[in-house]
Amino acid sequence: MDATQVALAERVAEQHRHHSKAQFFYVWIALLILTGIEVYLGYQNMEPVRMLSILMGLSILKAGLIIAYFMHMKFEVSRMKWLTMSSLVVCLSLMLIFLPDAYRLLHLGVGAR
Amino acid sequence: MADVAVQHTMTASEFEPSLFGTYSKKIGMWLFLLSDSLTFGALLFAYTYGRVSTPNWPTPFHSESIRNATLMTAFLLTSSLTMVLAVRAAVFGDAKKQRLWLLATMACGIGFVILHGREWSNLIAEGLTLPVFPVVPHHTPNPEFANVAKDVPQFAATFFGLTGMHMLHVTLGVIYLGIIALRRMFIPILLGFWLVAWLATPDYSPFHYGAHVLLLAAIVAGIILWFKPKVYDAADVEVAGLYWHFVDLVWMFIFPLVYLMSTKIV
Repeated sequence: MDATQVALAERVAEQHRHHSKAQFFYVWIALLILTGIEVYLGYQNMEPVRMLSILMGLSILKAGLIIAYFMHMKFEVSRMKWLTMSSLVVCLSLMLIFLPDAYRLLHLGVGAR
Repeated sequence: MADVAVQHTMTASEFEPSLFGTYSKKIGMWLFLLSDSLTFGALLFAYTYGRVSTPNWPTPFHSESIRNATLMTAFLLTSSLTMVLAVRAAVFGDAKKQRLWLLATMACGIGFVILHGREWSNLIAEGLTLPVFPVVPHHTPNPEFANVAKDVPQFAATFFGLTGMHMLHVTLGVIYLGIIALRRMFIPILLGFWLVAWLATPDYSPFHYGAHVLLLAAIVAGIILWFKPKVYDAADVEVAGLYWHFVDLVWMFIFPLVYLMSTKIV
């Protein structure tokens, strides 16, 4: 690494040194509790769309905790946060365009015009 | 005409500051992870499409499968905790603890792969299989699973496609961490794992044919370490950690979508 990269890496390492170990344990416990709630819901034989909505909400919350704390995104500069996360959300949201077609198949069948 | 000579006299401190305020390796890993998110996003959307558009979507997973998948989730979540502790040890310059936490992370990852591979073996033996998998001899398939494979073939295709892609990522992640933790010493260990997985399992087992990923990875890692041997620093550990947390993150979506949404507890 050149001197600039070394300086940047050292700055990032300095940020890491200020994080308390307890914070990571709290996040880990929160993730385990959220997983426990998901498994509990799995045993409730709930209506699929409602179940899917709740599970996806919990999964997004878990993903947020992992990205923010374990992947250190909470402590990055705002340009990094916004450019990476917004591009990811936009690209994944574009895939939602396929779901109405799945509903069409469900209600009209494959032979429908 | 006057000649103009371009002078390159800037020192390191005069370079334009990084747009993202961090070092290039980390930005490179984030860009890779963003592109990989789209790969998994496409697979998860394909699974959801099948789930929504198929009225009689099978629910072959019962209590035993959910217990197994929950344990696998606990392994991955714990591995993420040990990974951040490895990064923490690395930035404090504690090489011994760094190696210890990296090995703990690898152990959790190996636990995950073994549980997942065993689950695959059981499902294939029970009849929930793909045409590409070898037939398990002297074993009568369970009609419930065999009917799922026959009536709703997209279930097995999306299930094995999605979980197989994730298992490949976990396996490569364990190898990545092994190289960061042990460097060249890890290559013979990796070859040992390959031989055990290949020779000690029957030829219809997913471990048997999946083991060759280890051989391929050992060859690639050997070439990289031969041409560019180095001592990995805190930045390398952090970048490897990003990859590992990503693998954990993806499972946070696979677990509810694939297992909990295909469950019928009776």
